Amino acid sequence: MSRFEPWTPERATEIIAQHQHEKGATLPILNALQEVFGCVPLEAEPLIASALNISRAEVHGTVTFYHDYRREPPGRRTLKLCLAESCQAAGGRAIEKRCKEKLGVEMGETTLDRRVTLEPVYCLGLCHSSPAAMLDHDVYGMLDEEALDALLKEAQS
Amino acid sequence: MTKIFISRDAGALCVGAEAVAKAFAKAAKGRGGLDVEIVRTGSRGMYWLEPLVEVETPQGRIGYGPVKAKDVSSLLDAGILEAKPHDKCIGVVDDYPWLKRQTRLTFARCGIIDPRSVKDYQAHEGYEGLKKAIEVGPEAIVETVITSGLRGRGGAGFPTGIKWRTVAQTPPQQKYIVCNADEGDSGTFADRMIMEGDPLVLIEGMTIAGIAVGATYGYIYLRSEYPHAFETLKIAIEEARKAGFLGSKLAGSKYDFDMEVRLGAGAYVCGEETSLLDSLEGKRGEVRAKPPLPAHIGLFGQPTVINNVLSLASVPIIMAKGGEFYRDFGMGKSRGTMPIQLAGNIKHGGLFETAFGISLGELVDDVGGGTFTGRPVRAVQVGGPLGAYFPRELFHTPFDYEAFAAADGLIGHGGVVVFDDTVDMAQQARFAMEFCAIESCGKCTPCRIGSARGVELVDKITAGEDREANLEVLEDLCDTMKFGSLCALGGFTPYPVMSALTHFPEDFGAQKKRLEAAE
Repeated sequence: MSRFEPWTPERATEIIAQHQHEKGATLPILNALQEVFGCVPLEAEPLIASALNISRAEVHGTVTFYHDYRREPPGRRTLKLCLAESCQAAGGRAIEKRCKEKLGVEMGETTLDRRVTLEPVYCLGLCHSSPAAMLDHDVYGMLDEEALDALLKEAQS
Repeated sequence: MTKIFISRDAGALCVGAEAVAKAFAKAAKGRGGLDVEIVRTGSRGMYWLEPLVEVETPQGRIGYGPVKAKDVSSLLDAGILEAKPHDKCIGVVDDYPWLKRQTRLTFARCGIIDPRSVKDYQAHEGYEGLKKAIEVGPEAIVETVITSGLRGRGGAGFPTGIKWRTVAQTPPQQKYIVCNADEGDSGTFADRMIMEGDPLVLIEGMTIAGIAVGATYGYIYLRSEYPHAFETLKIAIEEARKAGFLGSKLAGSKYDFDMEVRLGAGAYVCGEETSLLDSLEGKRGEVRAKPPLPAHIGLFGQPTVINNVLSLASVPIIMAKGGEFYRDFGMGKSRGTMPIQLAGNIKHGGLFETAFGISLGELVDDVGGGTFTGRPVRAVQVGGPLGAYFPRELFHTPFDYEAFAAADGLIGHGGVVVFDDTVDMAQQARFAMEFCAIESCGKCTPCRIGSARGVELVDKITAGEDREANLEVLEDLCDTMKFGSLCALGGFTPYPVMSALTHFPEDFGAQKKRLEAAE
């Protein structure tokens, strides 16, 4: 079972309507769409443009600027692995390598069984307990090989 | 009734605090309903002791840590509710040496109170600053903040009071307070800790800023990587509103101020203030050319105060105790205290708030206890991905804006990332360029193109390809980026690159230093 609803223009229009009167509504709308659908598909752009009375180019520019927005829904779980300096200092590069090998994917990819999407993140603010990762909204620190394996098991279960 | 305090800070959750809290609740029920109340707090910032469990006793709060869920039975069996000993016991937490040697002004309540309770906040001197601010009025608030010597804690170090005065002097109109909570620097987590552990101090600071400059609305721009802070902030804002500390005629005064929290979408550059404003307006987070300053033309074209979380969170105590009280801490032009964050390969990672002036060596070796791998410290990056790498030879440098600048570095947001002797500094220099290429907003040429070319150059140098010539080009490129970029992303990326080259040339294939060291 996916955490996300399947894309429909009707549902998207409804979500857009909930936020379109906020000041600077674009990001609140995009965040809300991604929360519901797991992504912001191209089809959402004209709907947003028309609701906010801005050009589709402007919406497209905004969507593509931010790392968070996906075009396709992710796998069942999203694993964000921190690749920034503090985690590098604490053995993060080896953890990254092991993680990719175990899942059989590169950063930004989803496993073939669509269980896990692996994404890079540049700092989770858990640098006191590096290396760190976030599985959906749950955080994990002090990742060594053993802890990573347990985390991957949880992610794939 | 005995109170047990367990942190809900993400840093405690990431090592299992939730399971510990659940185990305590379950054990209390299982043992015939023990008379305990579990209070979820922020973190004290001693993360190697998390999950830290504190038990309220007549002697003070006694701490046990690090506690795992499976330890809970043995802790209760030993009689921790009656302050009996256990081998996880660290004694009275307030007397714990690592905490006791700090000067906690901004973080006075963090880890102690229930962050979601206005009542608890007020019981610990919360909203004293606002009370004073309402009493003295806008002009005196600005004067007090100027007197305190508070400088922007986000990294730039611009005097906060001067920024406020500039906005206060603009004609009356819609003005905004924006809090920059896009804490993206690796090695930093102080903003996150405040937002999760004492969010009301930030809300109070923004409210005081609003009164000072005549702004009636505020936004916290929070990075999307902080879902726990998002939840806590939303609850705290709602609680403050319910208690009458936000909204119209707040706290019985003549002032109006309200606020909301907005989420970013994973762009590091949005920590740059003008790019943050564009992002809040719903656009691509591209850097604006200055002038005009945000103080004159900021959010939605209106005069705007934009400050870092820590700057705003320092204001309540400055108002409550006076500008002179705060100014009397520190050294030179760096006044007050700095919440320093110890991170990376470090034994005692966490938050250490202290007056400016402590040396880098004392922080790393003494406070931090060296590396957790037990290997020698080789390099320390201070100030995030745009900060310089310092070798041990520079460990005498005092933590001070000017002293770090004089050593070709920066203190930035106060993050200190420790590396042991297995680090490859050429790889770190390459990463600095790579990160800049990933995160560049693309508006200015030196950053957009320079970062990608920088990665190539480091690769060529480490491969020994035309080494001398390419080193010269890399230095020239860094010079162009430093002086030609619009913002600190392109402008400061040369710091990690050049410092790695200067202090660790042997990692880039230079022979001389290694031979000397071997002799």
